[in-house]
Amino acid sequence: MTTVDPVTPVLTKRWLSPRSWSIQTYEQLEGYTAVRKALAVTPEQVVQVVKDSGLRGRGGAGFPSGLKWSFMPPNEDKPHYLVINADEGEPGTCKDIPLMMADPHSLIEGCIIASYAMRSHHCFIYVRGEALHCIRRLNQAVAEAKAAGYLGTNVFGSGFDIEITVHAGAGAYICGEETALLDSLEGRRGQPRLKPPFPAAAGLYAAPTTVNNVETIASVPYIINGGSDWFRKMGTEKSPGPKIYSISGHVEKPGQYEAPLGTTLRQLLEMAGGMKDGIPLKFWTPGGSSTPMFTTEHLDVALDFEGAAAAGSMLGTTAVQVFNETVSVPWAVMKWTQFYKHESCGKCTPCREGTYWLVQILERMVAGNGTEEDIDTLLDVCDNVIGRSFCALGDGAVSPIQSGIKYFRDEFLALCQRNREKNRKPALAGAN
Amino acid sequence: MTTSGPGQTYGGSTVGSEPTHQSTVDDSREAAVASVLPEAQTQKLVAEVVEDLSVFDGIVERAQAIIARYPQSRSALLPMLHLVQSVQGYVSHAGIQFCARELKLADAEVSAVATFYTMYKRKPCGEHLVSVCTNTLCAALGGDDIYAKLRDHLGEPGKPLGHEETAGTPGEPGSITIEHAECLAACDLGPVLQVNYEFYDNQTPEKAVELVDALRRGEKPAPTRGAPLSDFKDVSLQLAGFFERESDVDGPSQATETLAGAQLASDRGWTAPTMPESVAFPELEKK
Repeated sequence: MTTVDPVTPVLTKRWLSPRSWSIQTYEQLEGYTAVRKALAVTPEQVVQVVKDSGLRGRGGAGFPSGLKWSFMPPNEDKPHYLVINADEGEPGTCKDIPLMMADPHSLIEGCIIASYAMRSHHCFIYVRGEALHCIRRLNQAVAEAKAAGYLGTNVFGSGFDIEITVHAGAGAYICGEETALLDSLEGRRGQPRLKPPFPAAAGLYAAPTTVNNVETIASVPYIINGGSDWFRKMGTEKSPGPKIYSISGHVEKPGQYEAPLGTTLRQLLEMAGGMKDGIPLKFWTPGGSSTPMFTTEHLDVALDFEGAAAAGSMLGTTAVQVFNETVSVPWAVMKWTQFYKHESCGKCTPCREGTYWLVQILERMVAGNGTEEDIDTLLDVCDNVIGRSFCALGDGAVSPIQSGIKYFRDEFLALCQRNREKNRKPALAGAN
Repeated sequence: MTTSGPGQTYGGSTVGSEPTHQSTVDDSREAAVASVLPEAQTQKLVAEVVEDLSVFDGIVERAQAIIARYPQSRSALLPMLHLVQSVQGYVSHAGIQFCARELKLADAEVSAVATFYTMYKRKPCGEHLVSVCTNTLCAALGGDDIYAKLRDHLGEPGKPLGHEETAGTPGEPGSITIEHAECLAACDLGPVLQVNYEFYDNQTPEKAVELVDALRRGEKPAPTRGAPLSDFKDVSLQLAGFFERESDVDGPSQATETLAGAQLASDRGWTAPTMPESVAFPELEKK
């Protein structure tokens, strides 16, 4: 493989341009050229290019996107829907919101191409409510695209009709789970559905539906323009392409760095100017709080889907949260657990009850009232939540706890010191 | 909604429709006798309260416009709850009845949704809503200190303001509701807070105090990223999908952090591999 630059702006290449969010800027910089090409071939050919590119879902799970698209039925007995998951809220994750603010038209163009490939004529972009500025820009982008003839009926005389609706959520992390998102979009409480049936069989309004992440769909126009071989020049064999790594926390220059998949934290830290004030690294997440934490041992782990998994974590959303030596691991774990407890939708018992009790144990420990048995209790509760919850929120909730105890058990033990001393039996005078 | 009397069916089920020993008892009288509350009070609990919905007369057309966006009307519920919030600054019982009426849903169905999502406020909100991220990363960078400082600063001596509590009279100019928020997806700019969902990045307790003091004086300091500040009711209207100022779109967003990677690449001359001139689509066998 030829060498590729450490930073590879593809999705982020227009971000430095003035008014990068306007259709004028987008069109000046190759915008809406891919959609013309895609609409000139068959939907199957578009799906094939995406399959060949090896594009994998950027929302955390990494499912092959082309394969997911091919699950949509070839007939149109029922309307087909494309739903964009723009409900970014995984702690540490902050890539989709800057993308939608800086370059909303790349998402819109991706939506048109993906809808065409899946024979959908109505696409919904479900945006997190708190991301108001993105919602504004997306609305404007849809209006501009409509005025320019990219949206509406019979786009470019192709006979293809497409409409996009921007939908604001209302503050619920669980709606990032695709079936909860669909329930929410149907005007209900956002609670996950039992699968199967999968959304491709019965999704929005029980019709065939594909739910894709923002970054996934925004990648599509580039794949159409550059081709699958070009896309595969970046990244690894099984995790091809560029990816926006969001580096936050105790580094000199936090921010969005678009680099080939497989980049390591050591390389990312170099780009981000190193650790802030030179205070050494202690722990970090590769892709949000739901991905088990890493330590200084993992500086050279390739951050792609395979590399992160082989090292005992997950790539997640490439939300690299960096914490230095000043941060207590049990405290951080407690804060994350409070988050999961707050966001547990309450549908299933292991997650609802598990997070409720986990928080109380952790709060007690952090307050200095822990006992060594608390650590076992934590792990025992975790075992009863992971793999037993209705959706992945439960699995995510135990990740920080299990990995925190795995790498930093000493810190949890230190919180038990006070009780250990209190319970120590005084030595009898003259007993030895 | 109707209340089921003795021997009637519940929710369309035939279970319990046969006469039972209970059907000989007048349920309502028994309930009144069994309660420790005076009869007038128990009556209030079971009687349907019909609110005056005239306050929403001005948004009926907008409600219908929202419904028209979706293949099925119920999908309009989330934006419609934002819409009623734009009128009253919260989702009142009247607001719930309005949504139920427009969407032909039961009040309980709307209520169930309104209570699930944190952005729907069940108490009148201040002119401004200040949301401080206290999730782990922001908290480690100072978010907890910012929230604690604002609680003290906006509360009474010895009685800090609580989550979703308001300093000043809700709805009046200069009133501020505060809340601790979960991750606001701006971690590279942490610690962050939002006022009416516009971003104020890289905050400190001192900056946050200055900001809320300015809000109380009726000023509207510009956000780091977002449109010029308006108020909670106005942004609720935008969340319902109604945008009245085109210039809002051009509010700033190009933070140094957002552009860090793109800028670094530009400085160092780093690029993605060049795309080929033209690419042929894969030929597929005709089925």
